[in-house]
Amino acid sequence: MGEDSPLLQTKGIRDGLLVTFGQETWSILVAALLNQIESQPSFFQGARLAVDVGANDLRVADLSAFRDQLSDRGISLWAVLSQSSVTEMTAQNLGLATRITKPRPVETRPVSDEIPAEAAKWVKGPLRSGARVTHKGSVVVLGDVNPGSEIVASGSVIVWGRLRGVVHAGADGDEDVVVCALELIPTQLRIAGKIAVSPKKQGKIQPEAARLQDGQLVAEPWHHDRMDS
Amino acid sequence: MTAKVVTITSGKGGVGKTTSVANIAVALAARGQKVTCIDGDIGLRNLDVVLGLENRIVYDLVDVVEGRCRLRQAMIRDKRLPELYLIPAAQTRDKSAVSPSDMINLCNELRSEVDWILIDSPAGIERGFKNSIAAADKVLVMTNPEISAVRDADRVIGLLDAEEKGPASLVINRLNPALIKRGDMLSVDDVLDLLAIDLIGIVPEDENVLVASNRGQPLVLDSKNRAGQAFENIARRLLGEQVPFMDLDAPGLWQRLLGRK
Repeated sequence: MGEDSPLLQTKGIRDGLLVTFGQETWSILVAALLNQIESQPSFFQGARLAVDVGANDLRVADLSAFRDQLSDRGISLWAVLSQSSVTEMTAQNLGLATRITKPRPVETRPVSDEIPAEAAKWVKGPLRSGARVTHKGSVVVLGDVNPGSEIVASGSVIVWGRLRGVVHAGADGDEDVVVCALELIPTQLRIAGKIAVSPKKQGKIQPEAARLQDGQLVAEPWHHDRMDS
Repeated sequence: MTAKVVTITSGKGGVGKTTSVANIAVALAARGQKVTCIDGDIGLRNLDVVLGLENRIVYDLVDVVEGRCRLRQAMIRDKRLPELYLIPAAQTRDKSAVSPSDMINLCNELRSEVDWILIDSPAGIERGFKNSIAAADKVLVMTNPEISAVRDADRVIGLLDAEEKGPASLVINRLNPALIKRGDMLSVDDVLDLLAIDLIGIVPEDENVLVASNRGQPLVLDSKNRAGQAFENIARRLLGEQVPFMDLDAPGLWQRLLGRK
């Protein structure tokens, strides 16, 4: 990622790049950003950019010139965030967003009881050490997932076998996903932004499912009645 | 004669690949098979030492590949067994001196002359490993009953599948039945459970293996030694015999004489 100066910080977000400006006059900040774009053209090329301009009061002329300068460089400005109501108004007049949507916490479980079939990826196991499966959607593994392997899915992960590798479900922030396996002893389990390590298992081996409950990762034995909701 | 090319590999170092190649080769040769071993560990050669042939090296694998000698000239004949040969690795070069296609060509040239070509793979999964498996008809993956070695073996098995060199067979080396009984070592079942491939040998831990390697006298020549027998059993299984796995819990000689269990 771009080298950050006190003038501006660049980071990747779900919808492209977010540039956060420091406290400085507008013209200096714009010059600094254009300068950085010039030095890393491939990083910025084609990017969708959101800019947090802080408390600067910006007029239509300022923002539209800024937007044009960016589009000359192949970058589309789609959002301007600001604490200034003047700037917010300006941005809205120009048709720019003034909020970047965050993955909203799901208040209620979606009522749909169907999982879109084409969104799931079938994987024939065993997944051996060094193997890595990534998928936009859910992943179903038929066979063991050995330690040293990794599954990253934006949906749920279902393993018909032993799950002993690293698994990350809901990798794009979806918290309403499950990780289940006939034997659930992952090296590390992640759902959305939460990380957990399997406790030492004792007792009998049984199928388990892990999910997020009130911000906590919980694994519990498979009960069909609980999985229905 | 059409030789079968068998590569022994492990991922992790120090699990006993070289010792096994030496012992299996000697066991095969002792059964009248014509065997050539190739040391694939260019730059860190060892197989010559374990076989006790170090002082007779004139040409090596890289000399053959680069055309400085004929294949025959690099094949060192063993003193004890007339049908056992070694093609040593070069010590002053590195893995990049040989390519996978060089290995395939070399083995194809040898195939008509011997029954078995055993290749000792270096540790790791890089060039040396790729060279060693390029020509293989069969790959033996070796591991110790310890988690890090098993993890690496798992990785190697996955790579072999990807290279369509599978299914590999497993050799578990340095098994210590006493430690397993105490629950301090992975058991054969634990290892098989994770790796899920065919087992072709279980070799018990034995300090005589080390002594024999230092002397350049492969252990398999000593018929009373249990580790030696285990290597011999692997050789017999390669030849297609059905050999039951040894009972490693069987009481030793002293225990039997003293009437204990």
